[in-house]
Amino acid sequence: MNEDFDLLIIGAGPAGMAAALAAAPSGLRIGVIDDNPLPGGQIWRDGVHAHLPANARRHRAALAAAENIRLFSATRVVAIAGPQQLLLEDDERAWRAHYAKLILCTGARELLLPFPGWTLPGVTGAGGLQALIKGGVPVAGERLVIAGSGPLLLASAASAKQAGAKVLRIAEQAPPAALAAFALQLPRWPSKLLQALQLFDASYRSNSHVLAALGEERLEAVRLQQNGKLVEIPCKRLACGFGLLPNTHLGQALGCRIAGQAIAVDQWQACSLSDHYAAGECTGFGGSELALIEGAIAGHSAIGAQAKARALWPQRQHWQAFADRLGRSFALDPRLKQLAAADTLVCRCEDVSYGEIAGCSGWVDAKLHSRCGMGACQGRICGGATQFLFDWPTPTPRPPLSPARIESLLQLAEPDEAG
Amino acid sequence: MIELILDGLALRVAAGSTVAAALYLGGDGSSRTSVGDQRRAPVCGMGICQECRVSIDGQRRLACQTLCQPGMCVETHA
Ligand SMILES: Cc1cc2nc3c(=O)[nH]c(=O)nc-3n(C[C@H](O)[C@H](O)[C@H](O)COP(=O)(O)OP(=O)(O)OC[C@H]3O[C@@H](n4cnc5c(N)ncnc54)[C@H](O)[C@@H]3O)c2cc1C
Repeated sequence: MNEDFDLLIIGAGPAGMAAALAAAPSGLRIGVIDDNPLPGGQIWRDGVHAHLPANARRHRAALAAAENIRLFSATRVVAIAGPQQLLLEDDERAWRAHYAKLILCTGARELLLPFPGWTLPGVTGAGGLQALIKGGVPVAGERLVIAGSGPLLLASAASAKQAGAKVLRIAEQAPPAALAAFALQLPRWPSKLLQALQLFDASYRSNSHVLAALGEERLEAVRLQQNGKLVEIPCKRLACGFGLLPNTHLGQALGCRIAGQAIAVDQWQACSLSDHYAAGECTGFGGSELALIEGAIAGHSAIGAQAKARALWPQRQHWQAFADRLGRSFALDPRLKQLAAADTLVCRCEDVSYGEIAGCSGWVDAKLHSRCGMGACQGRICGGATQFLFDWPTPTPRPPLSPARIESLLQLAEPDEAG
Repeated sequence: MIELILDGLALRVAAGSTVAAALYLGGDGSSRTSVGDQRRAPVCGMGICQECRVSIDGQRRLACQTLCQPGMCVETHA
C-alpha cells in the first residue's frame, strides 16, 4: 500500500504537534507518524497513570479536529524506501509514505551510562521510570533512588512520589556552584522558576553520583558517591539518566547534516537537505517550550508562511537561551567515564563488556572485535555511551532503522506502485 | 479491566495499561533473557533500548509501547 502526503511529520510530541497545527491552514494533506500508542511524545506522554496538562489536551483536540491532518500512532519508520519515500510499519501492515516535504520531530532519548550492575532488573532510566509509571507500572510503597543529571531527575521524582513511591535520594552529579548559578538565572524564565520551586525535594544532593547497582538477580541496593562520602541505600529501584541525547538516527540516514550531536537546521528550521526540516529536541535539547516554538516555525516555513515563522524568532531565542544555560549547568563530570569496570556490559543487546572494547580505536574496530552496537537497539544506547566514554562519533545507521518484520522488509524489494 | 495471559497465567490489568505494566503486575517485571543468560527488564520506557521486547501472540513486540488487549498472550521466555 502507498499513501501520498504533501507534508509528513515524524514524531507527535510537542514539536510535531505544533508543526502540524501551524501547517494545517494551508489545507495540504498532512500525515503525522509516531511509534507510541498515543500522541504526546515524552513530556505529554499519555497513559493510565498520566495527568495531561491543559495545553497538551488542547493540542491533541486541535490535531484531532483538523480534517487535513491524519495521525498514525503505533507506527514506526523502518527504512528509507526511495527518494522522499519512507517504509512504515504498524502492528498489522507495512506501507510506503511518499512526501513532498518532511519535518523531523523525533525528540530525544536519555543518555544512559554503564556502571557495575546497571543491567539488573530494577534499574531504569530516570525519565524512563517516569514513562513506565505513566503506562501503569506500579511503584506504590517502593523505595527508590534517582540519580544522574539534569532537571528530569526532579520531574521523575515528582511522578514517582505521586504514584506512591518513597524517593530516598536524588543524586545529581553537577557541583553545587553550577546549580546555584543556574538558580540565579531562573527569574529570566518565570514559569521555570515556579516549576523548580514546585519540584524541589529535600532528598536532593548535588555533587553525587551512582557507583554501582548491587544485587544478585535484581536490584537490592545502590552505592553512591555522595559529596565525597560513600553510601549504600537498600532500595527496589534505581532510576538513572545523564541528560538527553537528540534522536538523529533518521535524519542521519536521510543524509541531513549533523552538527555536534543534533540535526543541523537554519533559522527556518530547514535541514541541509532541501524540503526537509527538523524541530524540537532532535535539533538539540531545550524543553517543551522551545520544542513547541521550533515546531511551529518549521510548520509555517514548510508551507511558505515565512512572515509567521519569522514572528516567532524572538520567542525561540528566549527559550534557546534557557536551553544553553541548562546545558552549561549540567555539564557531565569527566570522572563519570570511570564508572564502568572491565566486566561491566556496555552493549546491553549483545552483552559486550567495557574491557572488550576499551582498547578499540573506534566503531569500525569495535565491530571487528565484537558484536558491540549490532543488536536490536542499533547502537542507540551504547552509541551514546561510547561517545561520552571514548569520544567515538555516533555509528552510521544501517537499515532497518528499527527491528521490523521480514514481510515488511520484503516490500523494499517490490516495485513501487507509485501514488 | 482487561484479562490477558502472561507466561501461561491469567492476569487482570486496568484498561490502558502497557504490557510493561503487566510484566510487573503479574510477574517480577522481567521481559527477556540476554545472550549472556541474564534476565532483563524494561529500561528506557520509550521504545529505544529494546530491553522490553517480549513475544505477544507470537510476534516480537516492545512491552513499553504496546497496550494490553483482551486475550493477549505474552511470553517473556520465548
Ligand atoms: C523519557 C523522557 C521523559 C521526559 N519527561 C519530561 C518531563 O517530565 N518534563 C519536561 O519538561 N521534559 C521532559 N522530557 C524532555 C522532553 O523530551 C521535552 O520536554 C519535549 O517532550 C520535547 O518535545 P519533542 O516534540 O521535541 O520530542 P518528544 O516529546 O520526544 O517527541 C518525539 C516523538 O517522536 C517519536 N519518534 C521518534 N522517532 C520516531 C520514528 N523513527 N518513528 C516514529 N516515531 C518516532 C517518539 O516516540 C516521540 O513520541 C523528557 C524526555 C525524555 C526522554
